[in-house]
Amino acid sequence: MASDKSDPLRKYVYRGDPLAEPPPPELSAIFTRHRGAPDALITVLEDIQRQYGYLGQNHLQYLARQLNFPLARVYGVVTFYNLFRLDPPGKHQIRVCRGTACHVNHSAAILSHLENALGIGVDETTPDGEFTLQTVACVGACSLAPVLVVDEHTYGRMTPDAAWRTLTALDEREAAA
Amino acid sequence: MKTTIRVGLSTCGLAAGARATYDALAGQIQREQLPITLQRTGCLGACHREPLVEVIDAGGCSLYGPVTPAETGALLARHLTASPGPATPEWTVSQRTDRSDYPFLGRQVKVTTQLCGVIDPHSLDDYLAHDGYRALRQALQMSPEAILQAVTDSHLRGRGGAGFPTGLKWSIGRKQPGQRKFIICNADEGDPGAFMDRTMIEGDPHRVLEGMLIAARAIGARTGYIYIRAEYPLAVKALHEAIAQARAYGVVGKNILGSGMDFEFVIKEGAGAFVCGEETALMRSIEGYRGMPTMRPPYPAESGLWGAPTNINNVETYASVPSILLNGPGWFAGMGTVASGGKSGGTKAFALAGAIRNSGLVEIPIGLSLREMIYDIGGGCRDGRAFKAVQLGGPSGGCIPESLLDTPVDYENLRATGAIMGSGGMIVVDETTCMVDIARYFLTFTQDESCGKCVPCRVGTRKMLNTLTRITRGQASQADVDRLLSLCETVHTASLCGLGQTAPNPVLTTLRYFGDEYRAHVEEHRCPAGSCGM
Repeated sequence: MASDKSDPLRKYVYRGDPLAEPPPPELSAIFTRHRGAPDALITVLEDIQRQYGYLGQNHLQYLARQLNFPLARVYGVVTFYNLFRLDPPGKHQIRVCRGTACHVNHSAAILSHLENALGIGVDETTPDGEFTLQTVACVGACSLAPVLVVDEHTYGRMTPDAAWRTLTALDEREAAA
Repeated sequence: MKTTIRVGLSTCGLAAGARATYDALAGQIQREQLPITLQRTGCLGACHREPLVEVIDAGGCSLYGPVTPAETGALLARHLTASPGPATPEWTVSQRTDRSDYPFLGRQVKVTTQLCGVIDPHSLDDYLAHDGYRALRQALQMSPEAILQAVTDSHLRGRGGAGFPTGLKWSIGRKQPGQRKFIICNADEGDPGAFMDRTMIEGDPHRVLEGMLIAARAIGARTGYIYIRAEYPLAVKALHEAIAQARAYGVVGKNILGSGMDFEFVIKEGAGAFVCGEETALMRSIEGYRGMPTMRPPYPAESGLWGAPTNINNVETYASVPSILLNGPGWFAGMGTVASGGKSGGTKAFALAGAIRNSGLVEIPIGLSLREMIYDIGGGCRDGRAFKAVQLGGPSGGCIPESLLDTPVDYENLRATGAIMGSGGMIVVDETTCMVDIARYFLTFTQDESCGKCVPCRVGTRKMLNTLTRITRGQASQADVDRLLSLCETVHTASLCGLGQTAPNPVLTTLRYFGDEYRAHVEEHRCPAGSCGM
């Protein structure tokens, strides 16, 4: 209904229990694995993020209800740790290492080049959903500084241009495939 | 003698393209049915020459790197023909078994990293063939008190950076009443620029497990947690695999090797919070909460994980223990500064990186001078640039200038300079880097990672960062620098945990040793290194 969209208060109208349906099986499997372990919260969150690439609002709600954690505590933990993200990531995750060795080898220039070239800032995703740009404190490959991590691959001895070429090569490989 | 070829496939090797080199070698060996054993190993430490290929045959032990897939054919030909080609290829690193022709490795003394790059980290048999779990068998025959005595006599001190005597820590743990005790291995290597723990776990995971098992035997713990960064996927995998192998071998689980001792490992992956390297925060994180530190005392040894006595040590500390039992505490103490009146035994691993020619993992006897490390082992600065400073201990550490390079590397002497031993990150900075910017870089990091629990750290690091940013933009006055100094004092004194207490170190040391760079920024609005872009 058109009036729904124009009325900002509409979104607060109670539409029934959002968790009335049982959680999807893959989510249930994660809960079953960790049920009854009060220390497992972070591990559960890591498993969910591994499954979906991010932590969706309803994932967290299901988690809180199924494993008996206050939703506030779940959200508190999620926002405390850098690893967790609340938005779906792009198809490729680009992480520019900002470790000390990378810093003294000018990784800041790589980051700003990628920001400009992709037209997004850190922790943002390109509008086409292709790339998410992130920084990482250190990946421990300091001898190859400056380092760029694209998905699971680590690329060493980068320059701003080489970093950009790495990303465009990714696109071309996919186009060819 | 059958020829063995080893290729390092750690994170650093893989990033340099070692997988392609390995595949090229494997392909040719299989195609031509060559009488060669191809072995995958961890990192030998010489990361600057990755991908590294080591060939062991009747002629000894040769090391090559970087070896690209295109060069593997020439490498095999060189070792398979009766008379190898006269010319030494330019990618030769070392042709002597003792590495005396390659000071980067020749000058090191390897204890905790002795098998990194030598054995296949995925093979328990390989570890067993190198005295693996022999120290544990020995420990199971010893009384816990005898183990404590050996560790105390070795003068092993905490390798996480604080340098607390390990024997004493374990004795306190032993004395605690109750059956429920925990040990934790801190592998949350959060200092940017440090990769000792990663290399050790990826290259020789069983050594860490063995050290923890011996600690558990001495203290009387039944569960051991390994808290490791999720940013180290290969290391996490290596640990899971090693624990499964150790269980099948009978050194994990019930009644270990028939001794009546029970022990279980639990791996906890950190979720990217630097403050979780602090022991009380780390325990909160294991319990499933926000990783925020708590007041000490009580110390974890008395009241740690779920209120039970808990012993926390760093990866390297545990990894030192098997060798201490096998070779005797006197041997270990003899390598350090004990003979010359110091308090530290053994070796320490450093991650040497930054603007240095030979970067990689370096293990040295404690007490070697910084100069020997940087020039003899590290080969000095890259690209012929001038050395400016060496940064030790990451965001908690400090910068040491050229004039203090003869300082011996041990806990007390480094602390006297204002830096710290730290967990082992060692970043060399050359003339192109601005020291004010370095201080600002570290404050950006600590400010971002401050957990926000206590005011001095939460607000203080932010104020310090703002001031440093204004200095690098040429917008600050001398009064700002004075205020910065007094702020350092407050944050250092009043912060709750190590993160805040040490956060001023990068600022204080750069102010002390590179005060002229601050003055140039403030008075002349220029950056001597030309990197602040004013």
